[in-house]
Amino acid sequence: MSNIQYILEERPDTGLNNSKLGIWIFIASEIMLFGGLFSAYVFLRLAAPEGDFDYWGSKLNVPMATFNTLLLITSSVTMVMSWASLKMQKFDKYKIYLGITILCGIGFLAVKYFEYTGKFHHGIYPSSSTFMGIYFTLTGLHVIHIIGGLLVLGYFWSSQADSMWKENQELLANRIEITGLYWHFVDLVWIFLFPLLYLL
Amino acid sequence: MSNDTHHDENFIQKYIFSVDHKTIGLQYGITSLAFLLFGFILMMIMRYQLAYPEQVIPIVGNWLFSESGGVMLPENYNTLGAMHGTIMIFLGVVPLAVGAFGNYLVPLQIGAPDMAFPKLNAASYWSYFVGGVIMIASFFTPEGAARSGWTSYPPLSIFESGQTMWLLSMIFLITSSLLGSMNIIVTIVQLRAPGLTWFRLPFFIWAQLVTSFLLVLAFPPLESAAILQLMDRLAGTSFFLPSGLVYAGSTVDAYGSGSPLLWQHLFWFLAHPEVYVLILPAIGIVGEIIANNTRKPLWGYKSLIYAISFLGFMSFIVWAHHMFLTGMGQSMSAFFQLTTMIISIPSVVVLTAFFLSLWGGSIRFNTPMLFALSFLPMFGIGGLTGLPLGVAASDIFLHDTYYVIGHFHYVVAPGTLFALFAGIYYWFPKITGKSMNETLGKLHFWPSFIFMNGIFMPMFIQGLAGLSRRMYDGGQQYAHASDVLQWNEFMTISAFCLGASQIPFILNLILSLNGKHTGERNPWNSTTIEWAAPSPPLPHVNFDSDIEVNHGPYEYSVPGKENDYTPQTSS
Repeated sequence: MSNIQYILEERPDTGLNNSKLGIWIFIASEIMLFGGLFSAYVFLRLAAPEGDFDYWGSKLNVPMATFNTLLLITSSVTMVMSWASLKMQKFDKYKIYLGITILCGIGFLAVKYFEYTGKFHHGIYPSSSTFMGIYFTLTGLHVIHIIGGLLVLGYFWSSQADSMWKENQELLANRIEITGLYWHFVDLVWIFLFPLLYLL
Repeated sequence: MSNDTHHDENFIQKYIFSVDHKTIGLQYGITSLAFLLFGFILMMIMRYQLAYPEQVIPIVGNWLFSESGGVMLPENYNTLGAMHGTIMIFLGVVPLAVGAFGNYLVPLQIGAPDMAFPKLNAASYWSYFVGGVIMIASFFTPEGAARSGWTSYPPLSIFESGQTMWLLSMIFLITSSLLGSMNIIVTIVQLRAPGLTWFRLPFFIWAQLVTSFLLVLAFPPLESAAILQLMDRLAGTSFFLPSGLVYAGSTVDAYGSGSPLLWQHLFWFLAHPEVYVLILPAIGIVGEIIANNTRKPLWGYKSLIYAISFLGFMSFIVWAHHMFLTGMGQSMSAFFQLTTMIISIPSVVVLTAFFLSLWGGSIRFNTPMLFALSFLPMFGIGGLTGLPLGVAASDIFLHDTYYVIGHFHYVVAPGTLFALFAGIYYWFPKITGKSMNETLGKLHFWPSFIFMNGIFMPMFIQGLAGLSRRMYDGGQQYAHASDVLQWNEFMTISAFCLGASQIPFILNLILSLNGKHTGERNPWNSTTIEWAAPSPPLPHVNFDSDIEVNHGPYEYSVPGKENDYTPQTSS
């Protein structure tokens, strides 16, 4: 394995390293995954009775979702800052910024938890209506992506990162950059979900 | 590339949880061949039922259908049909074409030591393995395996038993193909040896590249569809259930306002590109073998590349030609008819280029070449019989008949599968350092060729006569089909003979593996880079010298050269 090229340095003719190309292709497939569900939303909305989606959409909690949007945008900013800190050789700052990113992510999940349980308290489940079905499916899939991202971020915040930093600084910076791209993508999905589900 | 020393690996690291692309390729190959055999056996049970309906199935009947005294019930037939399709496509042909051939050959043909992400590669295989285990396990659950067809059309699939396991398995299989194809793309783009420019890549590599893009972009919508169907089954949503739906005599208790058409759109958005996932690696293999055995450059190499790239792009906008019967509207049908007619053009370009490659060549009729040559007319029949299905007016009559079964089996069975056999015979010496027996190979080829046609050619006759393709009793109840029913027995006998014709192949594999190890590097006098590696290639590094590419992929019979082939790596 040790002689696989372009793990860190860029291949001159493509201008990319392997992991960056890999994550972009992965994100392309993720766009198709969410794209499939967004198309399903359009299809179902067109097929639904007049006003059905509006009625059920009005039951969602816009202030909570707005707060969540702010949380995720903040986490994206701190994600970039943590990577920039690594590039500037400031490992302590990296840890602080990454910590904030993780806290924002956990905060997002907590708000989501209260949103979901609030719905269940009022007797609203995925089976209540087509809108609620697609709402729970889309946001549920997004939550799974957040959890996956948090696991990776947690790994790079743990003591593993300390030893990686000592062994190979470039490698850690590269991995944080790749993780960051994924995190921004998950953030971006929410930026589309928020108006589509809460505001439309 | 240096021959750096690797720490000693124990058995499990070396053969089970290996990260070496060659081991993973072989794991894929062996597993998918086993699934192909299993799917074939399912088909033989079905074929027996079609020829001799309502009779006790010999040997396995009393064990499989003990409750009905060894007679197959309609729901058993549906299960077999659904699982035959699913296993053959998702667990057999695609893993063999992309997982096995792609994994094994892509790094070798581009002069790379391994895939770009070896661990992801292993994850891809094991995800496939888990998906396969779930699929097989579903036979043994109290509910039984899925019985809603490999297409899993709702609303039936929402209510029928066994479907949940099918969906879970599909999610693993989709993950596996995503990881695998991501890896192949990055490997091809990033790890090409010095001097291996885009237009020096072997055609097989181009085919794998386009295939991988199709897998990366087309499979995720099926994953979203699978998630929606799981929600419908488990959480009580009604994405695919229209309002006021009546099932089994009573109105379904669900919110409604969903649409079964949504599933079909999402499903065929995957499943049409999937057809090209099945065929493109096969085309790639055939191209390699034809160039090598005609001792000529592949005719129209660049046109072939442009053709398959265009094919890949077009395959995303033809999916609804599977849905002409659904009443989705005339303007939709018109659009998808047009795109379907357009997509036949690159396929014809490919076939024409291959036929022209044969012209004036001094052809070596060895086993791989025989399989590759027979691919051309077989795929041709499969493709041309597809044209009437691409036009809505004729499709409406043919769609639910055996004609469709004949059409797509000609593409996949004597088409893709023959190309994959050709590939196994062709690259076996590279993989093992031994050679396969030619006589047994021909004993495998000729009967397979004859009986393949014996199974599928009569399907066109039956289909044109209007025999429905979903009858568990072979269509006995239909008076209009009574004139073509006698073919059922002929096809069933052909199917069993086809099964028997695979014995020389299995025998050949076993005998050749025990044969003499010659380690010959380039037994076919080929030009591409994988033949510069030792046979078998070295673990983890593949090559024993630095690879530098100075030639195009098919420099055969170059005038003025001493040999009739110029390897890509020669100076």
